[in-house]
Amino acid sequence: MAISNIEVAETPLVLYALRRADDALVLGHRLSEWCGHAPMLEEDMALSNIALDLIGQARELYSYAAKVEDKGNDEDKLAYLRDVRQYRNLLLVEQPNGDFAQTLVRQFFYSAFADLYWRAMMTSRDTTLAAIAARSEKESAYHLRHASEWIIRFGDGTEESHKRAQVAIDHLWAFTGEMFAVDDGERALIHAGVAIDPGTLRGRWLTTLSEVASEAMLTLPQNDWMQQGGRSGRHSEHLGHLLSELQSMQRTFPGLTW
Amino acid sequence: MVTVHQSGAELRQRAWDAAASVVDPEIPVLTIADLGVLRDVVLDGDHVEVAITPTYSGCPAMNMIALEIEVALERAGFHRPKIRTVLSPAWTTDWMSEAGREKLRAYGIAPPQAASSRRALFGGQVVACPQCGSEKTELLSEFGSTSCKALWRCQACREPFDYFKCH
Repeated sequence: MAISNIEVAETPLVLYALRRADDALVLGHRLSEWCGHAPMLEEDMALSNIALDLIGQARELYSYAAKVEDKGNDEDKLAYLRDVRQYRNLLLVEQPNGDFAQTLVRQFFYSAFADLYWRAMMTSRDTTLAAIAARSEKESAYHLRHASEWIIRFGDGTEESHKRAQVAIDHLWAFTGEMFAVDDGERALIHAGVAIDPGTLRGRWLTTLSEVASEAMLTLPQNDWMQQGGRSGRHSEHLGHLLSELQSMQRTFPGLTW
Repeated sequence: MVTVHQSGAELRQRAWDAAASVVDPEIPVLTIADLGVLRDVVLDGDHVEVAITPTYSGCPAMNMIALEIEVALERAGFHRPKIRTVLSPAWTTDWMSEAGREKLRAYGIAPPQAASSRRALFGGQVVACPQCGSEKTELLSEFGSTSCKALWRCQACREPFDYFKCH
């Protein structure tokens, strides 16, 4: 029998940490799905290593969210005992792995953002968030370089790899706008110097993308209609399937520990 | 066991030495002191608190290291030591001692370069082969057998080798 979901008192700061933690956990889980299936051993290790970094970031952010909330939740409860509508991650990170190009384009879009975002967050007045940012910034730099090299290899590779990369870019583009959006609660945190305004990073993010895309001879879409909803719990159907796997052990054997 | 004859400074040194003897489970030639993971040892009466800074967010060795520190301190006579994780300032390979870098090289792992080279998005890195010293080397994979290593190959002696990434 399934056990019930936890309630989370989502104050702006709790919600802030949860959103970033959910981004990292869901993307980390997606990458871990490649473990044992990647096209070559080096990539198997690379994607698993990046997944580990992201899940590590998620753990720190969940622990902090639980501490700020102070209602007896912890990192495990936050990860395993919330349902789809309680998850606050970007729609981008929950999109299925698809082919290798889809995975790497998703990673490229996210890492190019995360690299800038965490570097800017190092100046947060919240010392815990600044410390988590300092860790994550270093890791994101490697993740971005890894993804960028693949985008160039796809684009400047064979006709087939070029085509697949372009299809992935066109498909995932509409999920990128959400990274730069903020709501009222987060705006208050930005004014207080706790968070930074992601909107200010969009220009530099586009520059990184353009540089890599031009070297790869790929085209960035011009349309700016963007899909949103993940930050407030309205997800694509894919997240439910992902969570059913991620949470299956705790849902089946409540309270199980290693 | 802790004896009453030792001064506070001697006791602290003893606790430090015990904690500092713990090695990285993935790279057993390096102690956590060589790595710069061991940040501080605080003695309050005969109670010890050890501060460590994790290397990578998801490094699975950190749980193991924390457990090993506890065991090392218990063996040295300090009961129920506390391990505190300090996130800030973030760990960097610049904290690795010179002795640590030499031990790495002798073990066959190229030691990390200065952190400033990390920002280059593409290329620009020159990593000398730990076997023959040649700088004619190439990157095989940005991610290696553990979070902290990349896989390289020497074009002079043809040996593949691990490079401890600057971080």
